[in-house]
This record gives sequence, C-alpha cells and structure tokens, in this order.
Amino acid sequence: MAAPKKGRSASAQSKPGRSLALILIAIVALTGGMFASGHTTPRLGIDLAGGTSITLRAVPEKGQESAINKANMDTAVDIMNRRVNGLGVSEAEVQTQGTRNIIVNIPKGTNSEEARQQVGTTAKLYFRPVLATEASVGASASPSPSASGSASSSPSSSASPKTTASSSKTGSATPTATATSQGRAASDALKADSTPSASASASASASASPSASSSSAASEAAAKLEAQYTALDCSKKSVQNTAGKGAKATDATVACGKVSGIWYKYLLGPAAVDGTDVKKASAVYNTTTAAGWQVTMDFTGKGGDKFAKVTGELAKNTAPQNEFGIVLDGQVVSSPSVSSSITGGSAEISGSFTQEEAQSLANMLSYGALPLTFKEDSVTTVTAALGGEQLHAGLIAGAIGLALVVIYLLIFYRGLSVIAIPSLLVSAILTYVIMALLGPGIGFALNLPAVCGAIVAIGITADSFIVFFERIRDEIREGRSLRPAVERAWPRARRTILVSDFVSFLAAAVLFIVTVGKVQGFAFTLGLTTVLDVVVVFLFTKPLMTILARRKFFATGHKFSGLDPKALGAKAPLRRTRRPSAPVDPKEA
Amino acid sequence: MSKLGNLGARLHRGEVGYDFVGNRKIWYGISILITITAILGLTVRGLNMGIEFQGGAAFTTPKHMSASVSQAEQYAQDASGHDAVVQKLGDGSLRIQIAGIDTDKSDSIKTKLAKDLNVSSESIAADLVGPSWGDQIANKAWEGLAIFMVLVVIYLAIAFEWRMALAALVALIHDITITIGIYALVGFEVTPGTVIGLLTILGYSLYDTVVVFDSLKEQTKDITKQTRWTYSDIANRSINGTLVRSINTTVVALLPVAALLFIGGGFLGAGVLNDISLSLFVGLAAGAYSSIFIATPLVADLKEAEPQMKALKKRVLAKRAQAAAQGEPVEPEVTDGPDDDYDDEDAAAVVGPRTQPASRNRGRGRPSGKRR
Repeated sequence: MAAPKKGRSASAQSKPGRSLALILIAIVALTGGMFASGHTTPRLGIDLAGGTSITLRAVPEKGQESAINKANMDTAVDIMNRRVNGLGVSEAEVQTQGTRNIIVNIPKGTNSEEARQQVGTTAKLYFRPVLATEASVGASASPSPSASGSASSSPSSSASPKTTASSSKTGSATPTATATSQGRAASDALKADSTPSASASASASASASPSASSSSAASEAAAKLEAQYTALDCSKKSVQNTAGKGAKATDATVACGKVSGIWYKYLLGPAAVDGTDVKKASAVYNTTTAAGWQVTMDFTGKGGDKFAKVTGELAKNTAPQNEFGIVLDGQVVSSPSVSSSITGGSAEISGSFTQEEAQSLANMLSYGALPLTFKEDSVTTVTAALGGEQLHAGLIAGAIGLALVVIYLLIFYRGLSVIAIPSLLVSAILTYVIMALLGPGIGFALNLPAVCGAIVAIGITADSFIVFFERIRDEIREGRSLRPAVERAWPRARRTILVSDFVSFLAAAVLFIVTVGKVQGFAFTLGLTTVLDVVVVFLFTKPLMTILARRKFFATGHKFSGLDPKALGAKAPLRRTRRPSAPVDPKEA
Repeated sequence: MSKLGNLGARLHRGEVGYDFVGNRKIWYGISILITITAILGLTVRGLNMGIEFQGGAAFTTPKHMSASVSQAEQYAQDASGHDAVVQKLGDGSLRIQIAGIDTDKSDSIKTKLAKDLNVSSESIAADLVGPSWGDQIANKAWEGLAIFMVLVVIYLAIAFEWRMALAALVALIHDITITIGIYALVGFEVTPGTVIGLLTILGYSLYDTVVVFDSLKEQTKDITKQTRWTYSDIANRSINGTLVRSINTTVVALLPVAALLFIGGGFLGAGVLNDISLSLFVGLAAGAYSSIFIATPLVADLKEAEPQMKALKKRVLAKRAQAAAQGEPVEPEVTDGPDDDYDDEDAAAVVGPRTQPASRNRGRGRPSGKRR
C-alpha cells in the first residue's frame, strides 16, 4: 500500500504549481479577452433588460382568408421561434396576439435589424425551373467557379438516394463548366484568375440556349427579361433582395441567390410547384448512406403530381437547365439539379449541408407551405418584463445568501476556507466572464431562470470541495498526517466528483440537444457550470490543497486550520485507550 | 472545532448515528403520505398555469402613461387576481399581460384598469394573446426529460447497478412530485421559471443521490467476504459516513435560495423570484431528504432480496445469535488481507441494527489485532 501511495503523492505534488498557473493564466486571458471585446457584462434576457418588440400582422393570400386560423398561426410561431432563437440561448419570445398578430420580443443587444429580417422574410415560396444561371462577379473581379456552383446540392428521389452531388452531375453528361467538386471549382477559379472573362463566356453560351427553348413564341417580354438578366449584377447588395421581388408565379423572372458563399444570378421559368404544395419539410441526418444532413419534403397529393411532372421534364435537360430553383421571397435559396422524375409525393435534397443549413432550408420550405405572409405592424422598444425592483431585491438577497455561505464555511471549515472561498470565487469569475463572452459569441442571453440556475450551481460547486475536505478529515481520523491524507483522499473524492458531475452534465447535454427555447438556454447554463466545477476542483482546489498541506499551519493541524486532528477526533496510531463514549447527539435525527 | 465537526468525528467512529435503514418504514410512510397529499393537491386544485403556457389577455394603454411599471403591475394584479407581466413600450404606453382570462372577464378588468390608471376605458386596447411557451417547447422539454431518464438509468445501471438506478429514479420522481404538489397546493402560477427550477432540482437530486451511492458502492465491494454485517448494516454505515457532507452541501445550496425566498419575498411580497426560489427550496430539500431516507434504504431492500445477500444475512444473524448465546462480543472476522476497509473502527461504525445484541457495545474501542 505504501509504495504506490508514495508514487502518487510525489507525482501529484510536482504538479500543483503548474495547475494553479494554468488556471490563473486562463482567468487572466479570458478576463483580458472580455475587456478587449468590450462586452464586460453578460447580455441580459428580455425579462431582465427589456428589448425590442415586433408586431407582425398576418396577411392571407387572395381567396384564402380562412388561412388565418389557429393552426397556421401556431406553426408560424413555432417556425419564427426556431429562426429567431438560433442556438436557443438568445431568449427571444414569440407569441400570438389576437387572431392575426404575432409578437416577437428580442432582448436588448440582439441585432434587431437581422432579427426583423429573419421573422420578416415571410416566404412566398416557389419551385421554378432554372433557365440560366451565372456567378455574379463583383467589382473586385474575384474569380469564382462558373455556372453550376449549385453542385453542392442535388435532389434525388427517396427511392434511389444519390450520395453526392458530383455523381449526379457526371451522370448527366455535361462536360461544361460545371464544377463538380470544391477542389475542381477552386482550380478552375485559379485558372480563370488571369482571364476573368473565361467563366463569363462559358455561361454566355448557357444564357443563349434558354431563349431558344423557353420562348418559342419569342415574345418581347422574353427578350426584355433576357436583357434584364444580362444586366443583372447580383454582387450588389441593393440588388440581391430586390431582383426577384414581386414576380408573378406564372411569369418567368430573374433572381439572385447565394450558394456556398457566392452570389449567382438566375433566369427562372414560371413557378412549377407552389410553396403551399409542400405539406411538410424537415432536416434529417442520413445515417444509412452517410450523406450527411439532408432535407426531406412531403408534398400534398396535387403537389406531388406537379413535382413529378416538372422533375420528369427537367431531368431531360442538361445543366444548368436540369435544376430547379427554390425561390423564397424572390431569392433563390437553393437550386438542386434533377436526374430523374421524382414521384411518390416526397423528395430529398441532399448535398454537403451543415445541420444549420439543412434546418433553415427545411424551415423555409415548411414556412412557405403557409398561405400567409406577415407584415410588420410596429417595431418598438419594451422595458424588462420583470420589475426593476425584483432584480434589485434578487441581487441583494443573493448577496446576503452568499455572505451566509461564506460565514458557514468559515465556522465549519475555518482555515480550509482559504481554499473553499477562493474556489467559489474562481468558479464565479469564470462563469461570469464566459457568459459575458458568449453574449456576442453565440447570442447567449442571461435570464432570471439562468440566474437561479447559477445560484444552485453554488451548491454543486461547493459540494465538490466539501466531498474532498470530508475525505481528508476521514483520513486524518484514521491517524494519518495531513500530506498523505490529502493524497489518499483525492483519488476517492475525485471519483465521486466525476461520477456525480457526469450525471449533471448528461442532464444538460440531453436537454440542450433535444429541447428548444428557454429550456435550451437553461441546459446550457447547467452544462457550463458543471464543466467549470470539474475544471476548478482539478486545477484549483486540489493543487491549492496540496500546496497548503505543506504549510506548518495546516500540517500541524493548528486549532484554526480546520484540520486539527484532536478536534476531528483522530485516533492516534498508538493510542489504545478507550474513548469516552459519547452521549446521544442531539443532531442525530 | 464546531459541533458538527465533532459529530462528524463521532459518526466516523460510529459512536453516534441514526439507523436510517432500520427505520425506513417510518420514512417510507412519511414520503408516501406527502406524495399522496401532493397528488391530491394536483388533482383537486390543479396547476395554475401562467400566461406563457395558456395565453391570456394583453392590454395596451395609450401613449405617455404617467404610471410606473410596478404601479401598473399592482393595479393589474388587483383587478384580475393573477400575476401580471407589464412592459413599457418605446412610445411610453404600457403593455399589460394577464394570464388565464377569457373575453367576458377582460372587459371588466379593462374598466377597472382604466379607472386605476386614470384613462378612459376606450383608449385601452384589449387583445387575447397566445402562449409564448407553445406546446412545442413544453413537449420538447418532456421529450428531453424522458430521454434523460432512460440514459441516466442506463448509466447508473452500468456505473453502479440496476437496483441503484431504480432507487435513484424513484427518489427523483418523489422529489418532483412533491415540488409540483406544493405548487398546486399553494396555487402559485407556473411560469417557465418554475419549469426550469424543476429541471434544476432534477439535476441536483440525482447528483446528491449519486454521491451517497458512490460511498455505498465503495463500502460494499467486499461484502461477501465477511460475515459480520448485512447489506443493510453497511448501507446504514455509508449514509452515516456521508451525513456530514450531505448536511454541509445541503446547507450551502439552501442558504442562497433561502435568502432569495425569505428576504426577497419578505420585502417584496409575491413575485417571480419568490415562485422560483420556493420551487428550488422545496425541491432541494426534498432532494437531500430523499437521497438519504428513501433512495439508500430502497437499495438495501432490493439488495436484501438477492439470494446472495439473503445467505449473507442468515450467516450474520446466526453468528450474532451464537455470540449472544456465549455472551461474548462479536469480533470482526475479516478474511482478506491488504484492504483495511474492514478494520476495527470501520466495523464499529455500524450503529444499532435492529437485530444487534446489546452486548456488542462493549466490543468497541478494543484493539482487534487487525491494524498494522
């Protein structure tokens, strides 16, 4: 028993200084980062700080006045909630008001312009066949992959899922400028570097062909559109949103769209399928083919027929005319290509989506299924939903509570408070700084429930060193001197701490992954404090204990050290006298 | 050293202690009683769901109101008898949201509010609002809870054993039922804060139970190698051994919450803070209670049903009977060598199992010859 113990303590004692230095550096770096970023306070949720309130009014499509009903409004609320909450920690609130209004409350400090756009882009969704497309090269003349940059997404019928976009592209026998992979695209772009006109010429031929196929009547309108398309420059910000606005479903139109970070301009045919034809869309992770995130769509009966027909026609064409553009509010959000007719009323869009991209595309698709648009009625600031004095009183009460904790620790652990209180302090500083940094980072907003969670976290953090201290005391009662007692107590305390913190972390992780909204925000706080608890106890409490165990004050078990063997009732190894038997303790029950 | 420190020492030596496992029937009974009360309260009174869950009415006052937010809150609460959420809008008007109000009632509240706020009742716009915590959020939270419970049971079953997982789950449900029951009985409005408080309790309750189980597992790992103690005895010993830690942790966790509840509540009367701190206070206390009085005795019960443990108990009892017959104190009979977990003072730490002969006390403090 003695040999391994010695080894353990020797190795552990060589490290404490380093661990302490590490955590101090981390604190200094994080705090420095906090001040450097200029966000010295955590962003507060709408209940604590107020924010912006947007009122949206639902406008039904013509002839569909009955579309304003509870079910549709609730779906819209759900979708807006998901959009505006992003990671789920921003504490935005969405609710219906009256029968046709939706209120969106966004906490102070959120980019309200962006949020308004998120809830405001209220989706008229169409599937339009692509007649021509071309990357818009901005004034900077940065070369970009040509024509079908949309290679990143290719739909495939659910019966025969295609694994990647490139396979469907190569199958369509189009040796044109289609960039089949990122690598190719990059190399093409590099080649084009010296002659930026190269890609333009490739798509010029493409833009010539649609006029031949689409407008056999060769009407004036088509020519006009053609000219409009040629003139269109989607790299201009002002144009991006307006280019495709207001186009009628039955007319061909031009539009802009961003694919893999590059703006493309599109010439699009009349809408083949309506957004209302989509019954449901969701983002799923394809585990069977390892194709990653994809979006599945279920069509209504009528929509399925229409979709089968249009995909059957599109599949006969060559790129880029075998693509259809998913056009949301006049902007192309995705333009998958089609290799065969898709029947059966459902389809998948696969490609190298991230989860977020897939989710947002699915959102847009289901959103488009609502026969409603929303008009911004009013945008106004609101004060905190919680009275100011509530927060004030809460802070005072919290401070009193913390003072009580400190007093309790001082009475009970005496000298050990030198470790206990700084441990709590380090934990508090780390939590605060990280929360402050996460405000601008991921939109994290602190609301009242999160504050309460943090208060309970005091208990969990304190428990870690209480478990450790009690173990040490037990070892001292066994008659060990302090240093071996610390080293012997640590592995056992460590296991207890890890096992119990793991359970807490499991709760946080599951809730964060599964839930939405405020619950997700809470789960985030819980997970953060649990991880910090482990970090603090490993890198701060234990090393500090090891160092202090060398001090005479603690090692000799001074009366006020909290480790006095006599007061703890340690059994002197050699003492064999009978202890006075204690009377029944009043506290025992 | 403080009183509790002494208590710790004596608990460690086994001079004092409480027979948690032996008296478990009393505590089971108490818990069942509380749980039944809670369930009764829940079914009879039901939960008072806040505006975030069931929607309600929203009143918008004219611009440039002189009344402060807290004044308006008071008026609204008086007029409706419900908690109100009041926000000041950018143009100086107030948005007052009140839960659980239907259309006919909203008119009378509107008139009353108008009178209190000194404006004409026509200038206040009334609207019904939907819940901001839609079914989706609530359903997802339940879903997450279910998944978490399944995972945690699996984890505990692997890290410990299925009996402990089961006991932990029972303790968890016990805590949550009690907390929800208190809400129903007191009639506080359930807000998202309440739900989050409940989830916090869930994490804390399990955390606390796991700490006690960890010590139990450690102390029972060689249980079949000795014939001196039954599983219940050792379970009891491990509760008593971690009792000081349990008390300390609970006090440290409860102090800030108590401050929020009593100081915050005392100064301000009812409010959101009070709601949350009450749910936390009740839940944390229940969590600490259940891990000691319910979870561990339950494990002991389940364990004692095992044939192996039954046999052990038989051996132990036989030995004790024999010793009692001879009028001799029982000497520890440790069969294995290097582990000093079962040396004399550890063994002496088991206190007062029901079947224990009175003469056993004489044996304490005597050298057992096991120490090196």
